[in-house]
Amino acid sequence: MQRIGVFVCWCGSNIAATVDVAAVSDTLKNEPGVVFSTNYQYMCSESGQNILKDAIRDYQLTGVVICSCSPRMHEATFRKAAAAAGLNPYMVEIANIREQCSWIHKDKAAGTEKAIILGRAAIAKVHLNAPLTAGESPVTKRALVIGGGIAGIQTALDIAEAGFEVDIVEKQPTIGGKMTQLDKTFPTLDCAACILTPKMVDCAQNENISIYAYSEVEEVKGFVGNFHVKIRKKARYVDTTKCTGCGLCTEKCPVKKVSNEFNLGLDNRRAVYIPFAQAVPKVATIDADHCNMLKSGKCGLCAKVCTAGAIDYKQKDEIIDREYGAIVVATGYQPIALDKYDEFAYSQSKDVVTSLEFERLTNAAGPTGGTLLRPSDGTHPHTLVFVQCVGSRCEDDGRGKSYCSKICCMYTAKHAMLVREKYPDTEVYVFYIDVRTPGKNFDEFYRRAVEEYGVHYIKGMVGKVAPRADGKLMVQACDLLANEQLHIEADMVILAAAIEPDPSARHLATMLTASMDTNDFFTEAHPKLRPVESPTAGIFLSGVCQGPKDIPETVSQASAAAAKAIGLLAKNKLTCNPCVAHSDEWMCNGCSACEKVCPYGAITYMDKEFRMPDRTTAIRRVASVNPAVCQGCGACTVACPSGAMDLDGFSNSQIMAEVDAICKMK
Amino acid sequence: MQEMMIAKARELLKSGAVQRVLGWKAGEFAYDVEPAVFESAQELEKSFVYNDFCGSNLSKYLIAQSRKEGKTLVFLKPCDTYSFSQLLAEHRIVRENVYAIGIPCQGKTDGETLKGKGFTGILSAQCEGDTFTVHTLYGDKTAARADVLPERCLNCKSKKHMIYDELLGEDGEVLDSHRFDMVEKLEKMTPDERFAFWRGELSRCIRCNACRNVCPACTCEKCVFDNDASGIAQKAAADSFEENMFHIIRAFHVAGRCTDCGECSRVCPQNIPLHLLNRKFIKDINELYGAYQAGEDPDAKSPLTDYTMNDAEPGIVYHRGGNQ
Amino acid sequence: MQNEMTTFKPKIVAFCCNWCSYAGADLAGTNRLTYPADVKIIRVPCSCRVNPMFILRAFQRGADGVIICGCHPGDCHYTTGNYYARRRMTLLFSMLDFLGIEKERTRVEWVSAAEGAKFAATMNDFVATVTKLGENKRLEDLRCKK
Repeated sequence: MQRIGVFVCWCGSNIAATVDVAAVSDTLKNEPGVVFSTNYQYMCSESGQNILKDAIRDYQLTGVVICSCSPRMHEATFRKAAAAAGLNPYMVEIANIREQCSWIHKDKAAGTEKAIILGRAAIAKVHLNAPLTAGESPVTKRALVIGGGIAGIQTALDIAEAGFEVDIVEKQPTIGGKMTQLDKTFPTLDCAACILTPKMVDCAQNENISIYAYSEVEEVKGFVGNFHVKIRKKARYVDTTKCTGCGLCTEKCPVKKVSNEFNLGLDNRRAVYIPFAQAVPKVATIDADHCNMLKSGKCGLCAKVCTAGAIDYKQKDEIIDREYGAIVVATGYQPIALDKYDEFAYSQSKDVVTSLEFERLTNAAGPTGGTLLRPSDGTHPHTLVFVQCVGSRCEDDGRGKSYCSKICCMYTAKHAMLVREKYPDTEVYVFYIDVRTPGKNFDEFYRRAVEEYGVHYIKGMVGKVAPRADGKLMVQACDLLANEQLHIEADMVILAAAIEPDPSARHLATMLTASMDTNDFFTEAHPKLRPVESPTAGIFLSGVCQGPKDIPETVSQASAAAAKAIGLLAKNKLTCNPCVAHSDEWMCNGCSACEKVCPYGAITYMDKEFRMPDRTTAIRRVASVNPAVCQGCGACTVACPSGAMDLDGFSNSQIMAEVDAICKMK
Repeated sequence: MQEMMIAKARELLKSGAVQRVLGWKAGEFAYDVEPAVFESAQELEKSFVYNDFCGSNLSKYLIAQSRKEGKTLVFLKPCDTYSFSQLLAEHRIVRENVYAIGIPCQGKTDGETLKGKGFTGILSAQCEGDTFTVHTLYGDKTAARADVLPERCLNCKSKKHMIYDELLGEDGEVLDSHRFDMVEKLEKMTPDERFAFWRGELSRCIRCNACRNVCPACTCEKCVFDNDASGIAQKAAADSFEENMFHIIRAFHVAGRCTDCGECSRVCPQNIPLHLLNRKFIKDINELYGAYQAGEDPDAKSPLTDYTMNDAEPGIVYHRGGNQ
Repeated sequence: MQNEMTTFKPKIVAFCCNWCSYAGADLAGTNRLTYPADVKIIRVPCSCRVNPMFILRAFQRGADGVIICGCHPGDCHYTTGNYYARRRMTLLFSMLDFLGIEKERTRVEWVSAAEGAKFAATMNDFVATVTKLGENKRLEDLRCKK
């Protein structure tokens, strides 16, 4: 039996005016297990706390009930005071007789009666309390950033600046991501490469940063502060320590017709290649799918021309084991495939391109050297039609996305403006559903496109693009404001394809036990207040993997994610919430129901040997909760049919004891 | 079919591919068929049966049998395969230790049903086409097939096997049954009528636990009703509340997991239509969260461990069901 | 007897999640928004902690109404807890209704930490509804009512 002390607070007159505090403490004195009961003017004051501490010592109390204000106000205060007197802080329960009693009930008799019942419920709960100790776990002071685009780069730089080691894993041969493919950036029109490549170089030169390019995350185990990650470093067939990036091999390679993914297939590269001039790391990569030597053993030209002796046809994938305290996801996006959008003739005409392809076609380092030419015949286009919201905001047709891709309005305005600036002889049409330009200097930018550059903005959608034999594209569209059908003879059509999370994200989320929404964007721990953290502790979100956003927003979020990761890495030890779930192995069925509802991935299963009552041994699958990861929501306790799962601090029996005390007849 | 099954079982036992056979064994009376484990050809010859009384669902027995050394051969009717599949999804059965043979089923009767139809002194029974012949002490009597099948078979949800290693006979189709008709009828009653109906049914409960023990979804290592620490342990229903609670909690615990095999109602000695409680949950789940049948798709998420952001609010209950 | 009927005071158990609804109840108190003293609150970490067993237990022990309050869907402190609670409670309430037990005795309400007024209004309404229904007879345990 517990030895319980009851302390009724007057809170000046806040409680005492509508609750007879003396009657409460006198009545509760007679409850089973109560060995001491008193009331005092201000329990939270120093002298009030001293009354508590003295009583704990003098009466050898094992449990304490404080009838006072809300536990959200002073639970921590009283727990601390109890701990100072040598009582486990989790043996303290609060009966809220101020906010939920004296302040809302005018009738003193009713208020007093309710206060007594609330006190009884707290006493009933304390009887079943057990001392809890918050666990601690160490923190590995290194971060992993998955994805080496602008989001990952910014996060890595910020973490490295704070003095922590950070590794970037990037699946492409170079870091830089989508931003390397862009021409100019809105709303300032500075060139993407000019602002990005210095940051890429910073990454390479920062001694706290290790770049694992052409690598992928293979396996993630562990939990916040203690992740164990396997990274697969794919074979480049080039010794990166020897390769100088001179590019001689890429000029001599006889396999010339490999579609160049950096230019989105608009031109070709060799089987050995460096994606672009400012690649980081600037080393060659042999494409094993196309290399003659690797396919048939006949060639070896690159090895012959390489003066550094860097070519190694026998190279194998390498698995690297690393430990991390924090993981930042920055897996980015891709434009959706347009194969279901036949009406825009994307697969029929080379002159119908996506906006990202258009970026390459206007980029000085792109396939046309920056001169805008029609991909089909290399002529100068005079009439260009931009179509917005291709696949955005249109879930109902079964092929698009329900969300707004957010960046298209601005980059389309940028494209239209740039075309008009460079080629004043062009006519540029933009078809839109709505123009959405919230952002610093964004609306001004869009208005400039309309007012100063004479871009024709037309509210309405393009119904059909029909390629004509003479190479013109017949665009049928409607102008919703003028309520008329339009027919435009265009030379090029540019589609603002919706963006979607990188396809690798879902598999990664499973490995990380991080949650995703139905669109495969990572979900935040809280959509408003914890927007850069995943609900899974120690996993942070950076960039478009969490939702569509432009470069300034991505960089802000990347720095925010870095700040959160730094906050974690700066700790030597993590203190865990002791009110966590635990599973009774003898009752556990191993059915996985709890695991499915756990938002934190805190539950794992293991096969465990049990000595059975009949002296045989049996191997059973049982759940175990990682207390460092569990946040104590209790979803698992109800999902568990056998009741094997219970929650410390809010156990089934404690809650039922409260129910009983509240419902009990007088 | 019985001969084919015995031959198959003998062959697999002999080759050592399986160590034991889980099937049905003849009892003292024709309708006394019960689940049994056979370990030799002799045992099979002696008492293995497969006939119109083999209604019991063998999948639950696999939890214990599959933990034994070696493989167990099991014969599963279409509806049993739902339970087998669900138990596999819940990691309750060691799949590698089971060799499952799917067998066709045209519905199974049972002694209770036959006696209820006025047959006495039953010696054996057989069915050909739509005619059911019962051999009794007082001579042969016939009945239409539909008249001797229990409700669960008349409203069979599927003749299709969900999972098996081998099939004897033909596989069937998922059927468009009327299994929710009775639930619907109850829903249309007033709450007072429903309350009276269920009091009439549940007050007969003697808490024999047969429904729980036979249920292939009720497989807890330790049942909450047997666990003093659970706060709801009870051995006998001492009050109408406990009668209600036992069946509400039991139905809730199998909600989203119940394969609607109907064993609970079959074994109830008081003939309480317990399956209606489970079907109510299945029907609600279908209507509120989209069609779902436990045991059908092992990769489907169970509705109670899943959600969508736009799920119906609990207040929907106020607008459904009968009027006050 | 007549007098007893008119002064029927229902017993109401309110399960409130720690992060939203319990804070909402506190706010009702801070703003001195009254509701009947018949309502007694039990603090749980999340609405998904509420086991159907607790609700039945409350009715067994003499409660006349049980209300569960949690964060609004989408705002759960644990991100998904109230989504599970919503399904569980919908199905449980539907089952109680199926058994002919007055559905008005159970309720789920989403109350945020800022909705003190909503908390008080909800409780006033719920108490009024349950008072009109009268004593819980259909899910009572006479042994607990001595």
